[in-house]
Amino acid sequence: MENLNIFIRSIFVDNMIFAYFLGMCSFIAVSKNVKTAFGLGVAVTFMLVVTLPVNYLLQTYVLSAGALTWLGPEYADVDLSFLSLIMFIAVIASMTQLVEMTVEKYSPALYSSLGIFLPLIAVNCAILGGSLFMQQRDFPSVWTAVCAGGGWGLGWLLAITAIAAIRERIATYSNIPRPLRGVGITFILTALMGIAFMSFLGIKI
Amino acid sequence: MADKINNKEVLFNPLSKNNPVVVQILGICSVLAVTAKLEPAIVMGVSVIAVLAFANVIISILRNTIPTNIRIIVQLVVVAGLVVIVDQVLKAFAYDAAKQLSVFIGLIITNCILMGRLEAFAMANKPWPSFLDGVGNGIGYAIILVIVGFFRELLGSGTLLGFQVIPQSFYDAGYVNNGLMILPPMALILVACIIWVQRSVNKDLQEDN
Repeated sequence: MENLNIFIRSIFVDNMIFAYFLGMCSFIAVSKNVKTAFGLGVAVTFMLVVTLPVNYLLQTYVLSAGALTWLGPEYADVDLSFLSLIMFIAVIASMTQLVEMTVEKYSPALYSSLGIFLPLIAVNCAILGGSLFMQQRDFPSVWTAVCAGGGWGLGWLLAITAIAAIRERIATYSNIPRPLRGVGITFILTALMGIAFMSFLGIKI
Repeated sequence: MADKINNKEVLFNPLSKNNPVVVQILGICSVLAVTAKLEPAIVMGVSVIAVLAFANVIISILRNTIPTNIRIIVQLVVVAGLVVIVDQVLKAFAYDAAKQLSVFIGLIITNCILMGRLEAFAMANKPWPSFLDGVGNGIGYAIILVIVGFFRELLGSGTLLGFQVIPQSFYDAGYVNNGLMILPPMALILVACIIWVQRSVNKDLQEDN
């Protein structure tokens, strides 16, 4: 039940884009059409679901203070948490390599349309951000990490698909002031969606 | 291009004409998240300038020895190492600011400006221009942070760097702080306004749709 709650909250209340504004670079650049946006969203979701539990295990059994006690009592006061940034990013970078090779093999069309943004998933703030929030919030078990990862990923997917759909429409039907076209209007749209998503604050199951 | 780079242009172009935030659209995440008050915005800006400048120099020194297929991982490791140093320094000397910035110091690693500049500039240039490029882009980023932070703190809490700026008589006359400014979406709208102003001045940056 607790996990379900965290899952739902991660999608709507703690939404990566509308509440924390993480992963904005690729969000702005890839949200020009729905299909590509959806593909990137799925890739990000997958990355979050995989990297969060891995990093959780790393954090609990290797990095945090006293985590190495399972090696023997003399390790009880070893605190490696200053290494967590490097370890997390290493896990994320290698997972990205894996996703990149898989997508290239099974969906070359998606691979070419995502272009540079596929390797850049490694530096997508949403993914490292997920791991850092996980570290900050002391999740009780690895399942909580999986649920939170899934929720954050789906929230990101939801956000980028919605914005891409709006942008597709806007490109054909609206007459926006020239300097605002493209990036500018996307920022304002995201802000308005963010305000709308605030109405989910306080959801609890 | 590589043999005659104008150092002055390298340093000053990112300040406005090629600003990393509003023109290259890199590093937006932290702009939005840390600018509710001016002070964390400044701390963040300085940290990014330092990390960016040194990462650029290190990568530029190593550029001929890094194998191309693993360059992203090498870059990440260099950046992560520098960010760990910044993180520990901030925790030691500016604990309150570090606390306020929470995960966003760690997120400097994934700040797209870093990867973007390392890929686009440091991998192809000598250390000194790379250093200037890092400082220039860092300052370009910090400027936007400071502008956004200035307006959000002024309009949202009526203070600047924690000092009361809007006089008490205004509040007595019925002036109210704009609570919306504290919320993250307003940062997006402020950045959009900066983009608007910037693009109406530089017409060649405008897009078609």
